Amino acid sequence: MRNLLLAALLLFALPAQAAQEEVVLGLSQDRVAITANFDGSEILIFGAVKRETPIPDGEQLEVIVTVSGPEHPVLVRRKERKLGIWVNVDSVLVDSAPTFYAVATSAPFSQVLTDTEDLRYRISIERAIRSVGAAMHIRGAQDFADAVVRVRENKNLYSLRENTVAVDQQTLFRTAIEMPADLTEGSYTARIFLTRNGKVVSQYETPIDVRKVGLERFLYVMSREQPFWYGLMSLAIAIAAGWGASAAFRLLRNN
Amino acid sequence: MQIYLPIAEVSVNAFLLLGLGGLVGVLSGMFGVGGGFLMTPLLFFIGIPPAVAVATEANQIVASSFSGVLAHFRRQTVDIKMGLVLQAGGLIGAALGVLVFNYLKALGQVDLLVMLCYVVFLGVVGTLMFIESLNAIWKSKKAGGAVAARRQRNWIHALPFKVRFRTSGLYISVIPPILVGICVGILAAIMGVGGGFIMVPAMIYILGMPTKVVIGTSLFQIITVTAFTTMLHATTNYTVDIVLAVLLLIGGVIGAQIGTRIGVYMKAEQLRILLALMVMMVCGKLALDLLLTPSELFSLGGGGGH
Repeated sequence: MRNLLLAALLLFALPAQAAQEEVVLGLSQDRVAITANFDGSEILIFGAVKRETPIPDGEQLEVIVTVSGPEHPVLVRRKERKLGIWVNVDSVLVDSAPTFYAVATSAPFSQVLTDTEDLRYRISIERAIRSVGAAMHIRGAQDFADAVVRVRENKNLYSLRENTVAVDQQTLFRTAIEMPADLTEGSYTARIFLTRNGKVVSQYETPIDVRKVGLERFLYVMSREQPFWYGLMSLAIAIAAGWGASAAFRLLRNN
Repeated sequence: MQIYLPIAEVSVNAFLLLGLGGLVGVLSGMFGVGGGFLMTPLLFFIGIPPAVAVATEANQIVASSFSGVLAHFRRQTVDIKMGLVLQAGGLIGAALGVLVFNYLKALGQVDLLVMLCYVVFLGVVGTLMFIESLNAIWKSKKAGGAVAARRQRNWIHALPFKVRFRTSGLYISVIPPILVGICVGILAAIMGVGGGFIMVPAMIYILGMPTKVVIGTSLFQIITVTAFTTMLHATTNYTVDIVLAVLLLIGGVIGAQIGTRIGVYMKAEQLRILLALMVMMVCGKLALDLLLTPSELFSLGGGGGH
């Protein structure tokens, strides 16, 4: 009973403690369905700033929107020339890197956020990747984390889109985040930060569910849960296709 | 038309996959090779994750080989008895190969070793076949069309457990075919290919089988070994992408039919010299990848490798 009371108290106490400016958010879709002909997706993220008091004077309100995919560890290998051929010589395990990460801002990144705030909220692409346990004996462990960013930027999986959030009258904002076709499924997160003077004044978070549906879902689940039958099914299709083509060609030739 | 592959988790153009399947299928039918040594690197190139490419390719080879072998069965150019002996060896070899593969994976250098395997085997086999075919063509021209008898008695004929292989016209011990089967099975599992490009020359030069039955018999044994590999990959690594396989095999089986018919109109020496050139080209490309400075020195892998 005491606990319940405490919880209730906390629940009521929280909004009062929250920032004076809050985000009210809308999403064009809160789930992305990966179908057989999935060719990327665009999510519209829009919202308004709710406030009880008038707009504070001084610095403009800026908005940062990030969308990140599920985080996984990544093993990064580096090649070096040994005896004339290029071989993997060392590797670093980057503890956690999102499979997808997009940052959209309403002004150049250095203007909307200070470095300390970035460090605290892990907003920039470089900060979203964590490599705490990088082996210290490998020189330039940072190069490995940079490589993750570079390789994924080239695949359009990571992107920084400055000046792509439109803000109206310091109250309404909207942006569109494009997601490429090569998406991994999982629970994605959209985060919205309101900043003034490079400081975060309010933040909001909402999940976006990215899932395979229909045939894609069926095959994926079957391959994991009934691998034996899945394998036999693959073979049966292969044999049937081989026989079918052979029979079809014989018919063609006999006519 | 883009299509999303459920296991590979990438989106690719369906027509590109159909085309690749068809191209490799034609070669498969012509030369009696599964085409895996060509298809697997091509799949890497269009961005399919290597583990998925290797496993799915095994499944696709089953289809194109099955399509090809039916045509050979009708022409009675399959030595079923020899094929069964080779298959027995092949299954033992494939199982051993998977063990070796997992051991190398634990060492962390499996990519390099697979590449080196490709370069060394393709290089040696290609060069030997090229030289031999050139000699054969040169000799047959000089002798006015009479092909010199290639079969001579050697150490193989001194081994015990002799069996008569009627279709091949051979009376030899079962030991060499089983050993050949094992070796090809090991390589097939490590390199993720059917192994036809090693099997075909081994049958011609080591076992002394007539070229006429080599291709059909090779396809026959490849079916069993790759079907086994597919099942191993599907049940242990979950990396067989059935959508990718279907697209590749639709192109592949049609290509294999065309290829088998082209093969009928070509002389055995011409076929061998073409195959030799192909093998050498792929070898050269892979060797360049190892020798030239890569544009990206870093590569990303899953977190499971640690």
